[in-house]
Amino acid sequence: MSSGFDVLVVGAGPGGMAAATVSAEAGARVCVLDDNAAPGGQIWRGLHPAPSSKAPHGAEFAGWTGRLRASGCEVLQGWQAVDSPSVGMLRVERGGEARDLHFDKLILAAGARERFLPFPGWTLPGVFGAGGLQALVKGGLEARGKRVVLAGSGPLLLAVAANLTVTGACVLEVCEQAPLGRIAAFGLTLMSQPGKLAEGAGYRWKTRGTPYRTGSWVVRAEGRGRVESVTLTDGRRQWSEACDWLACGFHLVPNLELPRLLGCRVAGGYVAVDGLQQSSVAGVACVGELTGIGGLDKALIEGRIAGLAAVGREAEAGRLEPKLRRQRRFAERMERAFALRAELRTLAAAETIVCRCEDVSYAALLECSSARQARLHTRCGMGACQGRVCGAATEFLFGWEAGAGRPPVFPAAVSALAAEAEVAQPR
Amino acid sequence: MPETCSITVNGKTLRVSAATSVAAAILNAGEPTRISLQGEPRGPLCGMGICMECRATVNGVAHARTCHMVCEPGMEVVTA
Repeated sequence: MSSGFDVLVVGAGPGGMAAATVSAEAGARVCVLDDNAAPGGQIWRGLHPAPSSKAPHGAEFAGWTGRLRASGCEVLQGWQAVDSPSVGMLRVERGGEARDLHFDKLILAAGARERFLPFPGWTLPGVFGAGGLQALVKGGLEARGKRVVLAGSGPLLLAVAANLTVTGACVLEVCEQAPLGRIAAFGLTLMSQPGKLAEGAGYRWKTRGTPYRTGSWVVRAEGRGRVESVTLTDGRRQWSEACDWLACGFHLVPNLELPRLLGCRVAGGYVAVDGLQQSSVAGVACVGELTGIGGLDKALIEGRIAGLAAVGREAEAGRLEPKLRRQRRFAERMERAFALRAELRTLAAAETIVCRCEDVSYAALLECSSARQARLHTRCGMGACQGRVCGAATEFLFGWEAGAGRPPVFPAAVSALAAEAEVAQPR
Repeated sequence: MPETCSITVNGKTLRVSAATSVAAAILNAGEPTRISLQGEPRGPLCGMGICMECRATVNGVAHARTCHMVCEPGMEVVTA
């Protein structure tokens, strides 16, 4: 019996909140840590501290927040996991201060980030990720009257377009790289998930004045000191739009740094888990986007399953399996629908920056044959983001796989890594 | 009326509503966040703490991830 937590959860988005809540409600000593200022993850961002039931998902967020608070779970906001110096322990950091958290069971709910692909002009200020722009607007960026083009892939584009429109921005067009046939077929499969269908239809209704072009993608952004225009194509013709902002996200990729550091087996781009969310490493479960991009409902079910399994309620967890199977099928269909077209590999010009931290050009990377060689020869992926942006791009462009994780998995003050850390005890 | 507070971005005083992220305030002020190795202006990209493009100096502390920080009264932000 360790003196630490029975269950440690990393990430306080929907999956992490559900996992922490159900295991704490069962009487376990639980801690959830999250690097944002408030719980909710990306999808529930901006709903804290007073969620309106009118906001999308507002009622659901309020429900889980209330249960989490009542469960007695300890919540550490603003902390980042940086290392696992020994089995059953994570070192976490905030502003140069370090703590060691001991645990019996670990549940990783680290979520996903957007996939960014390099194209000429993508480093100009005013070019954002799609979810990135949404997060900044939720954080107080003034969108009223801004002319915005959204281009990329995934259901997030439409959700962001709807949110920006409601906020008073002028969304000029939405370009989805996937062809119409795949989007239409994906839409049809949503007939079995009326909630998701209604959500998508609602977003389309809010953006009814904005063209949604399938089979279209960004070619380049131009401007002096910031983006002023964007050129788009459908493969046959090109057209340009004058704009203030360009938001480009090519669907999502999981945040695999921590599972990789712990040695969890990754297959097909996601952490491999069994029906109880257990990874290949004993005592380490993974939930939500880490096991397949499936969104809110999948994360909540997987979180509940992992939380129940962590406190020995496997039978109860097993009863959620039919729902889980449905959500995993949805994730697989979404992966196929928004698969990236080959043309996106040809967007970058020789001088286009691929690694934004170290200013490594596409031409410099053409000289390399692996992510490791690129790191050694060009410093690609060695900068402040540690390859979180360029890693997904070089995987798509060149087929380079990220290696096993190495500590620290997030930039941390040397003092936080070297010092004896305070051992955090359950209250 | 939402609560507001004053901060400075590169010496310019800015009135922001409560819960505004520092990255959003820098964008509202029309400033880039950092200058790249080759000397190009950059702004926030991911908005969620992973790309590091929103780094700026906040209250004298360099390389602060401004998208993860909320504006506080009197905060001094220096970019690029």
